[in-house]
Amino acid sequence: MRSRKMPDGSAFAPQYASIPHRDHTAELGMWVFIATEVLLFGGLILAYFIYRHAFPHGFVEGSRHTEIVIGTVNTAVLLTSSFLVAWAVEIFSPATSRIATWLLMGAACLGLVFLVLKGIEYSKEYDAHLVPGIDFQSAGPLADGVQLFFILYFIATAIHALHVLIGICLLTTLATICRKAPTTRHHTALRSAALYWHFVDMVWIFLFALIYLPGRSSS
Amino acid sequence: MSEWRPPLALIGAWLGLLALLALTVTLAYVPLGASNAVVALAIGTIKAGLVAAIFMELRHRSGLTLVFAGAGLFWLGILLWLGSMDFLTRT
Amino acid sequence: MSETNYLTTDYTLRSWFLTTDHKRIAILYFASLIFFFFIGGAAATAIRIELATPQGDFVSSDIYNRLFTMHGIIMVWFFLIPSIPNTLGNFIVPLMIGARDLAFPRLNLMSWYIFMLGGCTTLFAIFAGGIDTGWTFYTPFSTLYSNSYVIVAAAGVFIAGFSSILTGLNFIVTIHRLRAPGLTWYRLPLFLWSLYATSVILVLATPVLAITLLLMATERFFGVGIFDPRIGGDPLLFQHLFWFYSHPAVYIMILPGMGVINELVSCFSRKQVFGYKFVAWCSLAIAAVGFLVWGHHMFVSGQSLVASLVFSFMSFIVAVPSAIKVFNWTATLHKGSIHFDAPMLYALGFIGLFTVGGLTGLFLACLAYDVHATDTYFVVAHFHYIMVGGMVTAYFGGLHYWWPKITGRLYSEYWARAAAILIFFGFNLTFFPQFVLGAEGMPRRYHVYPPEFQVWNVLSSGGAVILAIAYLMPVFYFGYSAFFGRRAPANPWDAPGLEWQTSSPPPEHNFTSQPVVTRDPYQYDEDFHAEPQNA
Repeated sequence: MRSRKMPDGSAFAPQYASIPHRDHTAELGMWVFIATEVLLFGGLILAYFIYRHAFPHGFVEGSRHTEIVIGTVNTAVLLTSSFLVAWAVEIFSPATSRIATWLLMGAACLGLVFLVLKGIEYSKEYDAHLVPGIDFQSAGPLADGVQLFFILYFIATAIHALHVLIGICLLTTLATICRKAPTTRHHTALRSAALYWHFVDMVWIFLFALIYLPGRSSS
Repeated sequence: MSEWRPPLALIGAWLGLLALLALTVTLAYVPLGASNAVVALAIGTIKAGLVAAIFMELRHRSGLTLVFAGAGLFWLGILLWLGSMDFLTRT
Repeated sequence: MSETNYLTTDYTLRSWFLTTDHKRIAILYFASLIFFFFIGGAAATAIRIELATPQGDFVSSDIYNRLFTMHGIIMVWFFLIPSIPNTLGNFIVPLMIGARDLAFPRLNLMSWYIFMLGGCTTLFAIFAGGIDTGWTFYTPFSTLYSNSYVIVAAAGVFIAGFSSILTGLNFIVTIHRLRAPGLTWYRLPLFLWSLYATSVILVLATPVLAITLLLMATERFFGVGIFDPRIGGDPLLFQHLFWFYSHPAVYIMILPGMGVINELVSCFSRKQVFGYKFVAWCSLAIAAVGFLVWGHHMFVSGQSLVASLVFSFMSFIVAVPSAIKVFNWTATLHKGSIHFDAPMLYALGFIGLFTVGGLTGLFLACLAYDVHATDTYFVVAHFHYIMVGGMVTAYFGGLHYWWPKITGRLYSEYWARAAAILIFFGFNLTFFPQFVLGAEGMPRRYHVYPPEFQVWNVLSSGGAVILAIAYLMPVFYFGYSAFFGRRAPANPWDAPGLEWQTSSPPPEHNFTSQPVVTRDPYQYDEDFHAEPQNA
């Protein structure tokens, strides 16, 4: 068993051999974490498909009661925020740190807009007596399907909103610490947070298609 | 300071995503029967693909990263497919 | 031992509770797991005392329900799942790979704190009054009818799940990215292949448990009937989601044990593992196919016949890679130079007990037989043969094998062999009668039974007494060894792995210089220990 001298560990943790080594490892770690999130939401998606299969008309009826305008605006808001984050990652350097900070804060603000609109949407649904467990009134043969739809709707969008909130905190923190002399470590951390934010956006893309779009072409 | 401009690919992806959003909402109002659901999910998949390839930079990545990125999706497929089997085959 | 090692660098509490050293984190886990093992064991003791007589004379049925629930939850989530990965895995993986630490050391520490938070939450539920749903939390009892601390217990498990996920994430990335120069995949010790497979399951299955518990708790807390048939919900959806995690979870609770056995069987036969590539790929196959069999827990619950047939078939398939491993271990022993040190006694016990457990799993995979055997003691015996006869045995074997490396001390081989033999005897006396009981129809989760079952129950409870004594023995001789044992050399077993090329205990950063790997693992025939150690 031969040996050679350990590399200098002053700029990065001792278990890494170089900075690119550290960065690629961090990226892989974030993708593993994203895989766990896919399975987390996946359980909800399975529940959705099972119950939609059992109550096709009830689910479509439930979808018709969702706020498509708010939903569509929210989707555009998240897509734009993802664009801003990707932009910030792309141009990130000591020379452009101020611009990157503005971009990240902009994305975080759009995230807040998303949450505010979601809150407005929830309150409209409360006024319409569509909140199972708290105030749910629906009669007729489709009532079971509508109720199951709204149970899944509230749970899925609430968990998603929690992820948006966490993302906002991450982006805001990074925007703050990256303003002064940013290093490759900051860039790596930003890349990881960006992956997380884009993933939260992807989840919303699918939730939007499943929650808001069914049933629009008939009444 | 010219390095602050975003690359064309990012702008293109963003505009493309917004266009696809408009498309999917418009198509939702067109009566296509059972195809409405398929179309909505297909457009959603394309949008997600754009986010993954361009925003998440997967188009620049190779091998291991792509496997890691795809693994969650593959296992989700198992959960959905095998998980629905019971419900779809009950008599 | 004049140089400092990871134990002696700093003695402050702060240096232990804020450590990022994987070796110290392993010891933090080790201490916590001993604690949880004894709590779960206390519940088991109470259960076996009750079951020594047919009448319900020791505890009420309600208390009994809380006892077996507590036993299951603690032993599964707070002992078995973290056992080998978080103690032996945390300690040995970076050493075996030639790295200075895991990929994400701070995540590793966070993982322990999250584990402890989950554990304390669950303990609170238990000591505040307990939970009576069984470790499986089935709806609608858990959501609508149980009068116990369901949500708190579920929260504890939910929290602990994050610890599992972070551990798995760390191992996967570490094994991919931190291997020493020259350490290709096919030169990795099989312990690492097994931990890798385990980590894939940890990472992909645990989130589904998280969402399942969340849905169950939401239904219970808010009264929203996701699984409630009265509004069209389906209790089977809960079971599918629950078992999608919990079946792969049982592979989390055996694969690391199999990984340890590879190391022990090769070392104490002085031979490389037979069919290395087969064993490596079978570890991955068990993990992958293990995701496709969960419906075999639901054969009689109302699942469709088509689904039951598919799951039954897949359950037969998943037995194949396990069987291949057993054949390969046996072939490793063949014409080997067998040494009956304590770790080897555990390894040999594992091979026999795991085979019995695995074969009886095939009985249960048969639809026709499962209708009779499900929810009887046959199932209880089956999974205890694998989890206790298999995994706990392998854990003890690995603890003995790596104890000199971890502590720098040798333990008493005489007492260790005695304990190993007593464990084997006590275990079989406890659990073999339960196969008979199950085949004769005694149902599980009941605190009373017809008098004709008493003889076998008394044998089982008697065995449990012996097992309890046997499990207490290591506390004494390991405890003695930790403080007064003879100092261990770097390589007490003359084994070729990288972990043996550094001192016992290792220095804080594992190696004084970066090891480079130039040969395949398990080269017991070569004169490896004559090679010089460069400074």
